[in-house]
Amino acid sequence: MSEIIRLTCIECPLGCDIEVTKNENGLDIKGNSCPRGKIYAQNEITMPKRVLTTTVRCENGGLVAVKTSAPVNKSDLLDLMQVINKCVAKLPVKIGDVIIKDLVEGVNLIATDNREVK
Amino acid sequence: MITSYDIVIIGGGPAGLAAAISAYDSGARNIVIVERDERLGGILNQCIHNGFGLTRFKESLTGPEYSGRFIEEIKKRNISYLLNTAVLSLTKDKQLTLINAEKGIFNVKAKAVILAMGCRERSKGALNIAGSRPAGIFSAGTAQVYLNLKGYLPGKRVVILGSGDIGLIMARRMTLEGAKVLAVCELMPYSSGLKRNIKQCLEDFDIPLYLSHTITKIEGDKRVSGVVVSKVDENKKPIPGSEIHFDCDTVLFSVGLIPENELSTGASVELSPKTKGAIVYQNRETKVEGIFACGNVLQVHDLVDFVSEESEIAGKSAADYVLNGAKEKNGIAVNAGMNINYVLPQIIDKNQKGHVKLFFRVSNTFKDCVIKVASGDEILLTKKKKVAVPGEMETLILTEEKIALSQGEIKVWLEEEGI
Repeated sequence: MSEIIRLTCIECPLGCDIEVTKNENGLDIKGNSCPRGKIYAQNEITMPKRVLTTTVRCENGGLVAVKTSAPVNKSDLLDLMQVINKCVAKLPVKIGDVIIKDLVEGVNLIATDNREVK
Repeated sequence: MITSYDIVIIGGGPAGLAAAISAYDSGARNIVIVERDERLGGILNQCIHNGFGLTRFKESLTGPEYSGRFIEEIKKRNISYLLNTAVLSLTKDKQLTLINAEKGIFNVKAKAVILAMGCRERSKGALNIAGSRPAGIFSAGTAQVYLNLKGYLPGKRVVILGSGDIGLIMARRMTLEGAKVLAVCELMPYSSGLKRNIKQCLEDFDIPLYLSHTITKIEGDKRVSGVVVSKVDENKKPIPGSEIHFDCDTVLFSVGLIPENELSTGASVELSPKTKGAIVYQNRETKVEGIFACGNVLQVHDLVDFVSEESEIAGKSAADYVLNGAKEKNGIAVNAGMNINYVLPQIIDKNQKGHVKLFFRVSNTFKDCVIKVASGDEILLTKKKKVAVPGEMETLILTEEKIALSQGEIKVWLEEEGI
């Protein structure tokens, strides 16, 4: 018994149409143009993951853009937003600074923009 | 005393930044970037999502991370820039009138000017939708500023008109911040957004996409209270009886971008009616000697990576013009033929060395087609495509040898196979 699943790859703007055949030997992945697409398809079948990008309030009332340092489970995105929206970032902030350590195991929330103290 | 610069770059977004770095690296020194906002980076400052830079940096960056890399290079080279400064006018002989809070209105002179003003969003006014003027109607980009830079959620129940990438990105962004996006409506039978954005911005959050649908009425007095969405026929006319009603407090418009060329026309720069940007040679020089254009003010790009690439051509050319003077041109026209919306550059100067990358957009969705480039009877290039869509810019490289073969007009067209 094999099952065919069709996916749109989100790794790059090409948006490859990937066809995954699920059978007793595991997954047969076709249609990806690069190795990133293969990993994407594997994750998408087992545990879909996304990089979350959003903003965090700074101590002066402004905002700074942030992202997760690695893809996190898609099903957790809205819950993580709740945690992130309670956080206040200390200034100054530089691109790459860790805003929340271990947001989920091993994945930090990091700044993607610079903010001065003023 | 009027300050003189070798190169004045109008706009400090991705185009202006890349042009400045490239001009500097090509030997120009007396350069200034004029930016009307309080920081460099342009539109990328509000584009906090990722997906930028895959072509250029081989990694997925957010907007501010992408511009941040260029701003670092600007600072390393000590290239000067004026913030909070707007250009009021530009003349054909490259005199500029600037304004800022510190100096008031002042004039500067340039040997070369690079137009890098980007584009702005098409507004609701251009669309002719019935209804009064309640609060709650935003362009997608304005909503993006409120949410990502100011920290305000523009509304709680949202309908989006237009499935361009900014609209799709905002559908996800507003959902993450707690709003309910009820529908994304697209007039055309296909989305103009990237496939990946349909997947990760709509399907991930079960947001319905209504193709061949448009908003026919906006309800509400002080604030939007609802919209009527109708299906359209093949002539894009609403079909009576197909109306769907949505209770919502917010409507976002993501209905296209228009290059911001008021300054260009003031300097007598000739525009293309198709791209709404300047007509340029392959070095991105306009028909006005010493005025160059690049990025979204020249043609609306899908990817910032291509904006950077194009702007580097303009920067290098401007530096060459300043250092080595004007050169005689031998221009041949490049025209869009059947099933092609436009081709850029519109003129190829045969005296300039090197290959030329042609950028173009097809006029409809085509499957199993072939794109041909010819000059007279001489077929210069053919390229088979499985799928070609207007939403994705196509490119072809025309080699120096092929250009040398060309006698007179070069034409690009698309043939459907089996015809």
